Amino acid sequence: MISASEFGWIMPEIMLAGWGLLLLIIGGLTRGPVASKTCGVLSVIGSVCAMYFTVNLWGGNQEVFNQLYTIDNFGTFFKGLFIAILILVSVVSLRYADREEIGSGEYYALLMFGVLGMMVMTSSHHFVTIFIGLEVMSLSIYVLCGLLRGNLSSVEAALKYFLLGAFATAFLLYGMAMIYGSTGLMDVADLKKFFLTKQPFSATMFVIGLGFLIVGFGFKIASVPFHMWTPDVYQGAPTSITAYMATGVKAAAFGALIRVFFTAFVPFQFGWSEIIWVLAVLTMCIGNITALVQRDIKRMLAYSSIAHAGYILVAFITGDRTLASSMLYYLMAYSFMNIGAFTVVIVLQKKGDNNSDLDSYAGLGARHPFIALCMSIFLLSLAGVPPLAGFMGKFYVFSTAVKAQYYWLAIIGFLNSVVAAYYYLRVMMYMYFRDTIGEPGTADKAPGYGLVMLICIWALLHMGIFPKTFLLIAQKAVGIFS
Amino acid sequence: MTVMSVPILSFLIYFPLLGAVILLFANRRNAQFIKVFTLVISLIEFAVSIPLFFKFDDAAKTMQFVEKADWFPEWGISYFLGIDGISLLLVLLTTFLTVICVLCSWKAIEDKVKEYYITFLFLETAMIGTLCALDLVLFYVFWELMLIPMYLLIGVWGGPRRIYAAIKFFLFTMAGSVLMLVAILTLYFFYYNSTGVYTFNVLELYKASVPIAKQYWLFGAFALSFAIKVPMFPVHTWLPDAHTEAPTAGSVILAGVLLKMGTYGFIRFAIPLFPAAAIDAIPLMSILAVIGIVYGAIVSMMQPDLKRLIAFSSVSHLGYVMLGIFAFNMQGVQGGIYQMLNHGISTGGLFLIVGMIYERRHTRMISDFGGLSKVMPIFATFFMIITLSSVALPGTNGFVGEFLILMGAFKNNVVYGTLATTGVILGAVYMLWMFQRVMFGVVTKEENRNLKDLGGREILILTCMVFFIILMGVYPKMFFKKMDTSVTEYLAFVKQKSAQARVLEGNTVPAKMAREVANTNMTR
Repeated sequence: MISASEFGWIMPEIMLAGWGLLLLIIGGLTRGPVASKTCGVLSVIGSVCAMYFTVNLWGGNQEVFNQLYTIDNFGTFFKGLFIAILILVSVVSLRYADREEIGSGEYYALLMFGVLGMMVMTSSHHFVTIFIGLEVMSLSIYVLCGLLRGNLSSVEAALKYFLLGAFATAFLLYGMAMIYGSTGLMDVADLKKFFLTKQPFSATMFVIGLGFLIVGFGFKIASVPFHMWTPDVYQGAPTSITAYMATGVKAAAFGALIRVFFTAFVPFQFGWSEIIWVLAVLTMCIGNITALVQRDIKRMLAYSSIAHAGYILVAFITGDRTLASSMLYYLMAYSFMNIGAFTVVIVLQKKGDNNSDLDSYAGLGARHPFIALCMSIFLLSLAGVPPLAGFMGKFYVFSTAVKAQYYWLAIIGFLNSVVAAYYYLRVMMYMYFRDTIGEPGTADKAPGYGLVMLICIWALLHMGIFPKTFLLIAQKAVGIFS
Repeated sequence: MTVMSVPILSFLIYFPLLGAVILLFANRRNAQFIKVFTLVISLIEFAVSIPLFFKFDDAAKTMQFVEKADWFPEWGISYFLGIDGISLLLVLLTTFLTVICVLCSWKAIEDKVKEYYITFLFLETAMIGTLCALDLVLFYVFWELMLIPMYLLIGVWGGPRRIYAAIKFFLFTMAGSVLMLVAILTLYFFYYNSTGVYTFNVLELYKASVPIAKQYWLFGAFALSFAIKVPMFPVHTWLPDAHTEAPTAGSVILAGVLLKMGTYGFIRFAIPLFPAAAIDAIPLMSILAVIGIVYGAIVSMMQPDLKRLIAFSSVSHLGYVMLGIFAFNMQGVQGGIYQMLNHGISTGGLFLIVGMIYERRHTRMISDFGGLSKVMPIFATFFMIITLSSVALPGTNGFVGEFLILMGAFKNNVVYGTLATTGVILGAVYMLWMFQRVMFGVVTKEENRNLKDLGGREILILTCMVFFIILMGVYPKMFFKKMDTSVTEYLAFVKQKSAQARVLEGNTVPAKMAREVANTNMTR
């Protein structure tokens, strides 16, 4: 039975869906720069309201809609993270979408629907709901990637992402179907009970299904060898969308992955951890080594985001459910540093021109000291230099590996962060050690950008120096697994 | 409020940072203000650190000026500061050298003055933090933090190959320290598994009885990280590049303080945490140290570039320090620590000298000089004194350190001692030969004929250095007094602990070591 009171539990989702529809209507009725600004401001207001509802859900624990949807701290944590990303991206878009002339009602509506999908994806332990969430998210993002209609690489990105994404989704769905076929269950929580009674359980179809799940999720988190789309899509998509994808989609996919695997498949940890061990090492190494030779900052950040997925997988492998909080903490830190870095990229772009070649960063320290300082902080955090959040995140993630006695994995991970330091520092080197090359473009200064950068810096410093509050939140969020 | 409860170490750590933050808002065109402001900050810092020396209780066996607060208690991370006789002297060296560095950059740095001094103050915060931290996470945070300002100092204000040198420096040190981080975590979980307590407190972790086989791995990781910083042969290759390209003040602080972090790390962390492995590593470390001494000296001799010559001489000098530390007796360790200070003063002084001459001639090639003593008599005098201190002439500080180290080394093993002694001769050869080629003879180059002698600021800087050279040379007791108790405690602890580890494993304790343990226990 569905009662009306159950809708109270999904207020953030209703808020975003309704607000998105409203923006679509406004966008359909009006056009032009004023409409774009209005939609942007409305979108920020809407997401702040959704944040308010989400925060109120914290601590709540409820199964709604016949167990198809779950409200718990884990889901609420991710909802909060997604909405924070949405707010930051919307604030950046106030100026950016306007400049690139993509900021109509649809743009903001799609951003909201995308986040809606992410929220659905991480708030259920039923395969069907997870799948629906994934599709809602993906479809919105396929469109968002191609919004720069005049730009070939943007269209290419959209098409590429769509084709490969559809393929990967099919894998995921097939995997779910196989697991259903071998166990007769679609609900992860039921699967957990099932495995408790039927130990040891092994069926070929089930194992294949599990493998397909890893492929499907592996695509969305951009782990090697399912990463081939990442650099092109990240480079071609509008930069605000790149920031949105690199953080939101990755966090959502990790959320669903963690929920599914840590709820039901822990008994098979020895099976899948070996596969993911290889995936994690490959992801870290290939991501970092390929990033070394990139001269385009957006592409470099794309490869670095692949590598970061690898770091998070390190903690995933251990299957340590109490320390799963390390992944949540890392995703949080990762989101702030990436949004910050992409914001800097946006600031230095011109309309229709990506302008993200390394050379255009030469001498930035002298031309725009503040922007260069912000970028340095984001890069150092990405490189994992204390006392920034990136360091604490890495420390926590790798300590999980050391605790589970995966020493080699931890060593490989740390050595990878040395490799990574090279290409992050190279950007800093261009900014501070080199003189300006050629005719530098002007920076597109807007208060929105500054606000986002300052929020990100504050978050990184706070999470790095006083990690306690954030860690306790993350620990409460993974309480559902114990 | 008693004096002890004033958080003097926190003040020392964060005061430069505060200065750096204030400087962020300074007007960049007003370079004079920025310089004076930084100088005042560093002088206050130095003045505050002096009472540490006099208030320090020589007899106390525990850490002093301790500050402890919870940082993240669920994980056992605490904000835990404290110094003993070993770190006390290094803290003082740091605050002293920072003042000198600010002074010597006065005219040398004209580009991006504001950023330069901000970076420098930031570096001072990180250095003092590293020396005072007694919590492994806190230590690691400061340790890594030192890298960024040094990277910028070399990369922004360095010489022609600065970018290469800066990146090499960063990657070398970072590669070492991440391995250390894995070891720290392993130790942390080991301690938790054996006691049920999560802690990163070093003094607590000292008590852990790690199985010897595990100690080898963990000591290896720590030792690699510190050996890169020292730098020991064969991981020294970043040093000549970093030194050569860094600006003068960068070289001074690099030689004076940053390298000491490596040797300090051995004494504070690597050895007491894993004493049995450390004692087993004596032959390896001593041989590497001896190779470093001789190799550094021979390579120095052949360098055409003054700064590169001094950089390689650092490899040689730090080899002595390591040899002393791994002699595991009172003379060796005390000599090692003393040599750490000496090296900071003498080699720092040499870098200052080279910086001064470089400012005048914009070259550092030995072949471009000759006969300078007639043109610049005051300069020649200072240069001579500092050179002699570097070759360890009796009466200067270098003699005391090297003599003790060699004594310790001989007591430990005659072969190492003998080989190391050849380094003393080689040291005299390359330093004096260099001095002769630069200062004596006739003036061969026209440009050198009208060089200006030292100005007031430069004389002041060098007088400070010479003052300490002489003071530490003729009255070493003043300094040894401070570290006597700490070193005795340290040695007794290491020996007892390693014997204990062997007994636990069922191994027999070598007779010589058992005797030593008994002796130290009696003397205590």
